[in-house]
Amino acid sequence: MLEAIGVPSIDALFEPVPAAVRLQRELDLPPALSEPDLTAHLGALAGQNADPSTHAVFLGAGAYRHFAPSFIDQLLLRSEFYTAYTPYQPEIAQGTLQAIFEFQTLVSELMGTDLANASMYDGSTAMTEAAMMACRLTKRDRIVVARSVHPHYREVLDTYAKNLGLSIVEVGYLPDGTLDVGALADAAKGAAGVVFQYPNFFGVIEDPRKAVEVARAAGALSVAVVAEPVAMGLLAPPGSLGVDIVAAELQAFGVPLGYGGPYCGVIAASEKCMRQMPGRFVGMATDTEGRTGFVLTLATREQHIRREKATSNICTNSGLMALAATMFMAAYGKEGLPELARLNFDKAHYAEAAIRKAGAKAGVTLRFVAPFFNEFVIGGLGDGAAVQKRLLGSGIIAGLPLERYYPELRDSLLVCVTELNRAEEIDRLAEALAG
Amino acid sequence: MTTPDHRDQLIFELSTPGRKGYSLPAHDVPPAPLEGGVPDGLLRSGLAGFPEMTEVGLVRHFTRLSTWNYGVDTGMYPLGSCTMKYNPKVNEAAARMRGFAEVHPLAPDEAAQGALAIMHALAGMLGEITGLPTVSLQPAAGAHGELTGMMMIRKRLITRDGHPRKLVLIPDSAHGTNPSSAHLCGYQVREIKSCARGNLSVSVLAEAMTPEVAGLMLTNPNTLGMFEDEICDAARIVHEKGGLVYCDGANMNALIGKARPGDFGVDIMHLNLHKTFSTPHGGGGPGSGPVVATREFEPFLPTPVVVATRDGLRLDYDRPLSIGRVKAFHGNFGMILRAYAYIRALGPKGIRESAENAVLNANYVRARLRDAYEVPYDRVNMHEVIFSDHKQNEYGVTTLDIAKRLIDLGFHPPTIYFPLIVHGALMVEPTESEGLDELDRFVEAMLQIAEEARTNPDLLKKAPVTTRRSRFDEATAARKPILKWTRPVG
Repeated sequence: MLEAIGVPSIDALFEPVPAAVRLQRELDLPPALSEPDLTAHLGALAGQNADPSTHAVFLGAGAYRHFAPSFIDQLLLRSEFYTAYTPYQPEIAQGTLQAIFEFQTLVSELMGTDLANASMYDGSTAMTEAAMMACRLTKRDRIVVARSVHPHYREVLDTYAKNLGLSIVEVGYLPDGTLDVGALADAAKGAAGVVFQYPNFFGVIEDPRKAVEVARAAGALSVAVVAEPVAMGLLAPPGSLGVDIVAAELQAFGVPLGYGGPYCGVIAASEKCMRQMPGRFVGMATDTEGRTGFVLTLATREQHIRREKATSNICTNSGLMALAATMFMAAYGKEGLPELARLNFDKAHYAEAAIRKAGAKAGVTLRFVAPFFNEFVIGGLGDGAAVQKRLLGSGIIAGLPLERYYPELRDSLLVCVTELNRAEEIDRLAEALAG
Repeated sequence: MTTPDHRDQLIFELSTPGRKGYSLPAHDVPPAPLEGGVPDGLLRSGLAGFPEMTEVGLVRHFTRLSTWNYGVDTGMYPLGSCTMKYNPKVNEAAARMRGFAEVHPLAPDEAAQGALAIMHALAGMLGEITGLPTVSLQPAAGAHGELTGMMMIRKRLITRDGHPRKLVLIPDSAHGTNPSSAHLCGYQVREIKSCARGNLSVSVLAEAMTPEVAGLMLTNPNTLGMFEDEICDAARIVHEKGGLVYCDGANMNALIGKARPGDFGVDIMHLNLHKTFSTPHGGGGPGSGPVVATREFEPFLPTPVVVATRDGLRLDYDRPLSIGRVKAFHGNFGMILRAYAYIRALGPKGIRESAENAVLNANYVRARLRDAYEVPYDRVNMHEVIFSDHKQNEYGVTTLDIAKRLIDLGFHPPTIYFPLIVHGALMVEPTESEGLDELDRFVEAMLQIAEEARTNPDLLKKAPVTTRRSRFDEATAARKPILKWTRPVG
């Protein structure tokens, strides 16, 4: 090969790199591991993490454990899917493209919107991009966001907004855990977007119609964040309630918890948003023989064409996770998703009642009394973090201490119960919290 | 009209009422009343557009779709700047270990020590590989890393000078995400023209580098596959005027173990774990775009940061000068884990050899094809090489035709029409994964196409003919977008 190239050595190929900065030593990295040794090493590290086989886990807060039918992961391992790049050559990427087209269709149906894009990084960046889109569409630069939106999502919005000169106004929640609509109306005047979560971070089922009404009156766009999409099996879709933009996290649909990523953000919206949407779209197309297929489309919004004038800098998204979510939505389908949602609802309500009953004497209370889906906040625990620590010792991860995000909720834990938490486990949690 | 072939149907058309492809765990609690449990008017009436399928129906549908794709496991995938190297299977197995796949991101630190150990160790290894020891694993992709890095530059300048400056200089050969990320970070972009050699021109840079300029954002090796050999001077010019140097790490596969950006004047850069460090790209995502920087950037890292304490590893949220959070949770851990496994499997020698072989392969392809195709910058290149369709234009053949014909001959096409500064660019990046046999097959295919361009250009114009679908009318698709399936009326 060197002879064909006409150089004496591999080192000669690196001559364009100035000698002074060519590395003259081996990198200081651990020595190579064989596959069996690597597997053993990683297995030992995996063993240092708590998972549902070692602990009863009641954590949600934007990342949910649901049952994914076994076929999903087996198909995700079809390497034609996972070892492909972005479908730039549609003739040899019809699998990915059709799956994303089905994804866009399913997400639009799920959210009750006209359209959905091909995915975003995650829910937090989807929400942030949705807010920025609202600014472009309204030519305004202020975003109103409910404090009952996931704290990480709000932090990401703040991070982006700072550099763009967008102002962010946060609006609090009422004692029952729902959005303070009065305060929202005051803050919404002149705003580009009104952002709320459905169900909200506390698990409380907000009424999107209220936020929509406030947004419309102010000439702003309404943005619903959906971080637990299983709830859409039970609840009216935001689009059908007049919401303009939905920013969702679809991890719950067949994507492993995996310590936080990769997950699957997506933006679904009404038609009027189409030309201002960030990210990719797959569209239907016809080939030279008149046959139907799929291509990436509306690319003139995107950075590789529009450069600094693009609607977003996003390039890579969450294609494989969107495929998982597509298979999950198709598997549960028309009947299964409502059944799954109902089971979550029932289990969470059983848990809430059990915790309140067992903990009554110890002063354990339901912090927010508004209707909830599969998460709820329990209060009266003194120090939520200390209670979590105590229960960890008995093999329970009780819920999320809220003090870091809501100093006023120091005595509280956000508890999530899904279909995978067995009644026996829930009873154990209730007893442990009481003691 | 022919009977519709079920193989062409979408999942919605395959649906049949009453079919079921799921099962739920035992309903071991009593039902909770919906009345009062769901606010009035918020109960969903149904999911009419969702399909009903059996498991085997679903499996066949998605298996069929997979066969219409081309991946690295199908064959050589020389997509320039995307580094489509082989994705080791042990990494997939590791990511599926229960103690990784089922760990909740908000698990208390003491219950996630294994995950934190991997993040901490990978950060250290990326710091060593790049010579830039301050690391954030939070960004979800390359463009997200660019944005994060630019935010850190902005914050550092504000902290240092009280203002962030206004402009960012970006060479005309840059990937589109660079100007877009700079813009999203509140900067105006000034494009700087490459010199005749395809490199950054130090004199042009010196002229453009005013006190209004926050920094230079460049890719090295650049998108022409050339090492920016005046990088040290360029960095000095930027630094002397108080600016900072951002490097797009998309092309780091050429340098790992051979040269460290921290040693040639780069202040901050991102890496693409889905390129250089073998994590699979999943048909468009996921990615992972860690940011690495000099020590001066440490206070500005996104929160949280993994820190070692006497009581083990923990996530540190108390960082008053941080740019803030750029993503929920802690980054794409699944990709972080795979990249960690990749580096551990290779070790220092394997890392170096991967860069050497990537560069060797790309130069071999250049040497073998330089007579048949124009090489606009014909000298030793790094991990990728750019050809143009200049010679083939004579027969009416374009880069698109060459790319489509390659599909018929069994290869994924290179990146085409990028970088923009080369007319009809074909950007070939073989990566180190390809052996000589496969490289020779690719070269033979390219030579055959060059011959066909002369003798039978129509063959190229019609390509691909071996695929399920031929070329699409993308213009009409964009003019009248159909972005979801709708049930035919009647």
